Amino acid sequence: MASKKNIPEINASSQADIAFTVLIFFLVVSTMDVDTGIVRVLPPKADPNMKQEDIKVKERNLLLVFVSGSGNIMAGGKVVTIEALRDKAKEFILNPNDDKNLPEKKNEVLDMPDGSKWTYPVSEGVISLQNTRETSYERYIEVQNALTRAYNEVRDDLAMSKFGKPMKDLDEAERKVITKAIPMKISEAEPRQKLK
Amino acid sequence: MAVMKKKGDREVPAMSTTSLPDVVYIILFFFMLSTSMRDQELMVTYKLPEATEVQKLEKKNLVSYIHIGAPSLHLQAKFGAAPRIQLNDSYKTTKDILDFIAAERDNLSESDRASMTVCLKADRDTKMGVVADVKQELRRANALKLSYASSKVLKE
Repeated sequence: MASKKNIPEINASSQADIAFTVLIFFLVVSTMDVDTGIVRVLPPKADPNMKQEDIKVKERNLLLVFVSGSGNIMAGGKVVTIEALRDKAKEFILNPNDDKNLPEKKNEVLDMPDGSKWTYPVSEGVISLQNTRETSYERYIEVQNALTRAYNEVRDDLAMSKFGKPMKDLDEAERKVITKAIPMKISEAEPRQKLK
Repeated sequence: MAVMKKKGDREVPAMSTTSLPDVVYIILFFFMLSTSMRDQELMVTYKLPEATEVQKLEKKNLVSYIHIGAPSLHLQAKFGAAPRIQLNDSYKTTKDILDFIAAERDNLSESDRASMTVCLKADRDTKMGVVADVKQELRRANALKLSYASSKVLKE
């Protein structure tokens, strides 16, 4: 009779260690970082067959923001800081006192998600952003950020007064209404050549 | 008093850890599937600008990347330190963007093409001239959704 040896069970406790090692390796080499950025939609390329027609915008409806090569910001003819730019942009978007020099408003009927209509004076203002080829990208993003923030804050305020919730808590339909009430109009001109 | 328990006969068996590797393997596979490998070797270095009003790029397979920055240190001897544009795995010029976008668009399914996004990862010290050229090329290539990659900072 063959001797019945008691074969010991293979110790598998170290297999966990191996698996952990591989796991940690993957944690290190793979990325889970989410790309974040300021999202913009570029204007489509102008059709060369179409006659180039300058869209006429009334002076009061235009806020000219110019970023110089050295990083100075000029908004509406005055040199401003980045914080002042935000306030200026907010004032420009809202025009709370119906100032003659700030954008006109046009009453527009918006469809509310619950089916009702809502008339809101939509601003006609356009922010025109210009820069030179020497402007640094960092400064440009700072300005873009300030303008985006101005829009977001105005939208947040409106969402708060209309729906009682900030923008990020609104659902898709409600957010659409707010975005329509305060459209983000930032026009970007091609960079100016170096100013003499 | 029928059955008397014999003392010392019953030992608590050693806890079986044979399933522990299985658990770890499951976590491992989860990570292998949910994360993406660094698929592109970066040949440029950049420090992204900072911004507060950033949005996440949701669908990664719809995103094409354009990197702009100075060549990496070990490549600087060969390529110099002037900012370069990296598409896929090599240095390119703005002229190649049109082909690059066309190729990227071909990789996407018909229904996804409209929502294709370009993520521009540029160093904060890049001059806007380069960025503007890239933007003009993107307009020419009709890739209009653009995200200026910037790292999120909290509002002051």
